[in-house]
Amino acid sequence: MINMNSYFKKNKLKIAPWLFMAPGLLMFITYVIWPIAGSINISFYDWDGLGEKTWIGMGNYVELFDDEAFYKSLKNNFIWLILYMLAVPIGLFMALFLNQSVRGIRIYKSMFFFPFVISQVVVGLVFSWFYDPNFGLLNIVIEFFGGTGIAILADERYVTYGIIAAGLWPQTAYCMILYLTGLNAVDSEQIEAGRLDNAKGWKMLWYIILPQLKPATFIAIVVTVIGALRSFDMVSIMTAGGPWGSSRVLAYYMYEKSFSEYGFRMGYGAAIAVILFLIMMVYITFFLLKMYRDEKAN
Amino acid sequence: MNFKFKTSVASAVTFALMASTAFAGTLVINTDTSDPAPKAAFEQLIKDFEAENSDITVKWNLFDHEGYKTSIRNFLTADAPDLANWYAGNRMLPYVNAGLFEPVDDVWASAGLNDTLASASASMTIDGKKWGVPYTYYNWGVYYRKDIFENLGIGIPKTWDDFKAAGATLNANGVKPITIGSKYLWTAGGVFDYMNLRTNGYDFHMALTKGEVSWTDDRVKATFANWKELVDAGFFIDNHAALSWQEALAPMVQGDAAMYVMGNFAVAPLREAGLSDDQLGFFQFPQINPNIDMAEEAPTDTIHIPANAKNKVDAKKFLAFLGRADVQTKINATLGQLPINKNSSVSDDKFLQAGMSMLSSTTGGIAQFFDRDAPAEMAQAGMEGFQEFMVKPERLEAILKRLEKVRTRVYK
Repeated sequence: MINMNSYFKKNKLKIAPWLFMAPGLLMFITYVIWPIAGSINISFYDWDGLGEKTWIGMGNYVELFDDEAFYKSLKNNFIWLILYMLAVPIGLFMALFLNQSVRGIRIYKSMFFFPFVISQVVVGLVFSWFYDPNFGLLNIVIEFFGGTGIAILADERYVTYGIIAAGLWPQTAYCMILYLTGLNAVDSEQIEAGRLDNAKGWKMLWYIILPQLKPATFIAIVVTVIGALRSFDMVSIMTAGGPWGSSRVLAYYMYEKSFSEYGFRMGYGAAIAVILFLIMMVYITFFLLKMYRDEKAN
Repeated sequence: MNFKFKTSVASAVTFALMASTAFAGTLVINTDTSDPAPKAAFEQLIKDFEAENSDITVKWNLFDHEGYKTSIRNFLTADAPDLANWYAGNRMLPYVNAGLFEPVDDVWASAGLNDTLASASASMTIDGKKWGVPYTYYNWGVYYRKDIFENLGIGIPKTWDDFKAAGATLNANGVKPITIGSKYLWTAGGVFDYMNLRTNGYDFHMALTKGEVSWTDDRVKATFANWKELVDAGFFIDNHAALSWQEALAPMVQGDAAMYVMGNFAVAPLREAGLSDDQLGFFQFPQINPNIDMAEEAPTDTIHIPANAKNKVDAKKFLAFLGRADVQTKINATLGQLPINKNSSVSDDKFLQAGMSMLSSTTGGIAQFFDRDAPAEMAQAGMEGFQEFMVKPERLEAILKRLEKVRTRVYK
């Protein structure tokens, strides 16, 4: 006992951080690391989720790389990744626009933030009504201007873009709020100084404001990338992956193969999840490296 | 996602409560009969059962219809009820193979069901054993706007040529011949079933869904060639891939479309939407190949005993009760569907009567439904292909190749 105590006293500085981290680490291992290992393990089996598992090695992956639907989902995931990024600049400009002191500005700000507060499912439903070929607002407007109506969610060419547009609505609000808080912290003296040096408009934004918003931009990009990669709710609600699977993304394809009405292929689903995880890993590594470097620099 | 999560939490809570209250004499039943008519039918059924068996208390857990399809896997393995409803044919195969359902041949034998439920016996049998008791089925066919047909002087089409002519007349008068909502795919499966049953007959259809025939077979191509005639002639409403089957009811109610290839359950919402029995009619899907016996589609709904059930004795009593003629008469009168028991009587609703007489005079055979006759993965890939075909018929070759690839993997 005394020995233990003295050991603890000698190494207090080394042990204490681990003690403080222990609850978090335990949770992280149980709910993150362990399931990831579990998924990777299942991806080597042929398993319907109910009966016996059969080891098939890389079988699921071999099949996956010969699966048109997988490539379609992968392609859609990349379209999501690229177009979802629009949320960052649009959010920035909305934040700049709303960052003024006018009477009632708080109400306007909360109105702009509103889409992020409501559930993704509701956003999806609202947009599917908006796109509805028979009574949707979009087609009424198009036809009013003499165009011919299009059923966005039934057309393989537009469906993914239609869903992304719906997804951008709440995501833009999220980026906007990140930038609004960022703008609060912008140093007014630097702006003054810039103004004295004749900086205006775009130059002011690019050289004075944006550098100070760097932390906000970083977070906005990270959450948007992750949002794009786990875009599941919208796809599920608006099209269920259709028409004929042309709006599927990896997350939805994984769900469809393993848990949906006709999905009894846990192993195959897990293999899709592993691929999705590897793609996410690229960003997560980038994110962690950046954090690590920033911490070191300080 | 959120929604699903909530339901699963809710059901987890229900199971926790259930586990603590279950004791001998309590019978736990899980069903997905959450629509108004099925819900009322089950309330009545359970009340009648309790009245006859005063020593048994029934605990009934009602699930959301769509959520049930995914939660059944969890509750069959984790905390099984004593009875659960499900579907016949291949839809129950995964659970039978996994040993999650209990064979109930003894109930069939002791309650005389082998005789009274003989018509559904084949679809309840896997590996020579019966895995549940069927209590209801319903016919499929063409529901149509009688008033529109009469106004345009169209008679009920009996042959393929009649059918195409009827569609041409409708189209010429600005009415789309057939409404369909293929967003959730299965509706397209119904159309395919009829096209294939009429083109190649029941035996071929069953061989195809059992994986014994290649999807690139010429006979399959013949089915699609017939179907393509309808697609090319503009038979189906535009943008059907964006609609659910309920949303596709609207064009029919508004008179923009005149026919719906559907199951009898479509009658209730069509009536609710304001169509009277003078406006709404039913006819058998027309003949395509005169040398083929007409086969029909009639899915069967069933109740099963999970292998992990606690109170199997009372569960079997319930199944025997459910198989009885008078019980099936009563429950199906409320459901608006057809009883399986041959001694039951059918309510005098005109659509039920029409369906009953059609099915009882069917010589070609009775199929379940594409997703019950074919295994899950084939069913999904198939129905997705049908949907794509209905919009992009020129891709048929590629679609069939894809289905063939799935077939060679699924049926090992």
